[in-house]
Amino acid sequence: MEENLLEIRDLAVEYHTDDDVIYAVNNIDLTVKKGETLGLVGETGAGKTTIAKSILRILPPLQAKLMSGEIIFDGQDVLKLSEKEMRKIRGNRIAMIFQDPMTALNPIETVGYQIAEAIKQHNKIHRSEADKRACDMLEMVGIPMDRFDEYPHQFSGGMKQRVVIAMALACNPGLLLADEPTTALDVTIQAQVLDMMRSLRTRLDTSVILITHDLGVVADFCDSVAVTYAGEIVERGTARHVFKSPGHPYTLGLFGSLPRLNSTERRLSPIKGLMPDPTDLPKGCRFCDRCPEASEQCREAPPAGVETEPGHIVKCHLAKGAG
Amino acid sequence: MLRYIGKRLLMLIPVLLGISLVVIILIDITPGDPARMMLGTQATEEQVEQLREDLGLNDPIYVRYGRFLWNTINGDFGTSLMTKRPVADEMLLRLPYTLLLVSLSLVMSVIIGIPIGIYAATHQHTWRDSGVMFLSMICVSVPSFVFALLLIRLFGVKLQWLPLSGVESWRGWILPCVAMGLGLTALIARQMRSDLLEIIRQDYITTARAKGLSEGKVIYRHSLKNAAIPVIMVIGGVFGSSLGGSLIAEQIYSIPGMGDYIMKGLSNRDYPVIQSGILVISSMFALVILLVDVIFALVDPRIRSQYVSKKRGRMSKIAKETEEIQAV
Repeated sequence: MEENLLEIRDLAVEYHTDDDVIYAVNNIDLTVKKGETLGLVGETGAGKTTIAKSILRILPPLQAKLMSGEIIFDGQDVLKLSEKEMRKIRGNRIAMIFQDPMTALNPIETVGYQIAEAIKQHNKIHRSEADKRACDMLEMVGIPMDRFDEYPHQFSGGMKQRVVIAMALACNPGLLLADEPTTALDVTIQAQVLDMMRSLRTRLDTSVILITHDLGVVADFCDSVAVTYAGEIVERGTARHVFKSPGHPYTLGLFGSLPRLNSTERRLSPIKGLMPDPTDLPKGCRFCDRCPEASEQCREAPPAGVETEPGHIVKCHLAKGAG
Repeated sequence: MLRYIGKRLLMLIPVLLGISLVVIILIDITPGDPARMMLGTQATEEQVEQLREDLGLNDPIYVRYGRFLWNTINGDFGTSLMTKRPVADEMLLRLPYTLLLVSLSLVMSVIIGIPIGIYAATHQHTWRDSGVMFLSMICVSVPSFVFALLLIRLFGVKLQWLPLSGVESWRGWILPCVAMGLGLTALIARQMRSDLLEIIRQDYITTARAKGLSEGKVIYRHSLKNAAIPVIMVIGGVFGSSLGGSLIAEQIYSIPGMGDYIMKGLSNRDYPVIQSGILVISSMFALVILLVDVIFALVDPRIRSQYVSKKRGRMSKIAKETEEIQAV
């Protein structure tokens, strides 16, 4: 549990379009330990998926520009690897589950082929052996193996997501990037998929980065949490610390916008306003326009990270250091 | 699958009925009198009237339509009013020329156009892509007869490498095929490029990349088959329209094909030739579209599943065997 499997330092990604530069990820730091599950939380457009795609280096090559940073995976900086070396990592040691199971599978190949393909790519084995392993993977995610030869359109959404998960886990990756694996699914299927991921995680000792905007899922599933806002990580720490004593006003706002059964309040308190335009970010704290406690200082200078508890870092001028 | 094809063939009947009806109505409302054309300006009004009566041109339109249908069903395409030769015989002689011209130019455009499209799509935002697309824009925009004339001027007159017209030797086919094929090549290349670019942006291509597949596998195994579907549709449509559109190349290079035949029929008001010629061309068009739909079904399982009974593949066999073993 101590060893860092993944260490992201000072990562910055920009998207260049014809007229604008979109500052998608701005100098973030992140670590994932072996066997740890990290929840990456934030609104749509906060840069969560971009972070995951940078780790695998599958950002759209023409628009996305990596401005700075290192991504150390198992002692190697993946950003410095050649494309060929990178291909050996993709799908093999780092795998990704995509957000939308409806579009993540190739409609004209059988699901079995699509799983076996990943296995065959990274193992020097015969096709029939790869097919057999793919059958095992299907069974593992709860799909009878006689559906091997069926096509994605013959599966329901939840089953497609299982296929996507089977595909991601086919080569026993050390790190799994799960990009909103349950967002496109209805609640009962969500629970099933999460249960399945949980049991697979313990069985295969895989580290997971779970990207979500569902705080309930994070509380249930994650060891630690990183809250993203406008391309920055505004707060990170263990799930216990962040849930018990959230330090950043944005995190507080997120909790405030959740309905609670045991509360007497009749109205939710959503965060007012919208996320800043990623082409034109404020020069001070990114959250200052929506923050109820913003002061002049917040508008002038970006806050540095403050460690409020051991390992619990809050990027806010108002946060008070431990001790 | 066979049942589907059978059903589609049956559906051709109303289509062809409709086409023949439209043709006969159009002929009926077009001015011009074949009897007058046959007899020349010297003939008297009585002679012309007599001939019209003999040819059955004075019958009401539904009688003529019925007669035409009945004859066609019995395999009689009529005789040309001008040459007095059976239309069927003439068409059998001419059809191979048109089919060869269209097929050769189409094969050429597919063989050249598809790789060009792939090349342009995989080099998007580079000067290579822009250059290829600029050239193809020119080829699509310039009418094929302009190419035909330019090619004759360059290779026929100036360099004297190839014959100016006529298709007595294989060398005679080169210029007409290139003239017809240039526009088609560009059209197919553009279609291929835009479809491939569309497919490359799909999520499942990112999935394929995330599996660690090489770029070649991503393009050829995952993108190309998906992108091929609209391209096949365009190729089918182009084949159909070229059957009629070949008449320009046939005229310029004096190829005795169907286009040339129908064209002559039109200027002479040679009704049997026009009617049967158009009917044959339309049937072939319809057959090509049917072929395209069958190819669709072969490529895309989503379409196939609509009319193929569920077949279990080899994996289900393995599953069954495993079950049996476990039962034992």
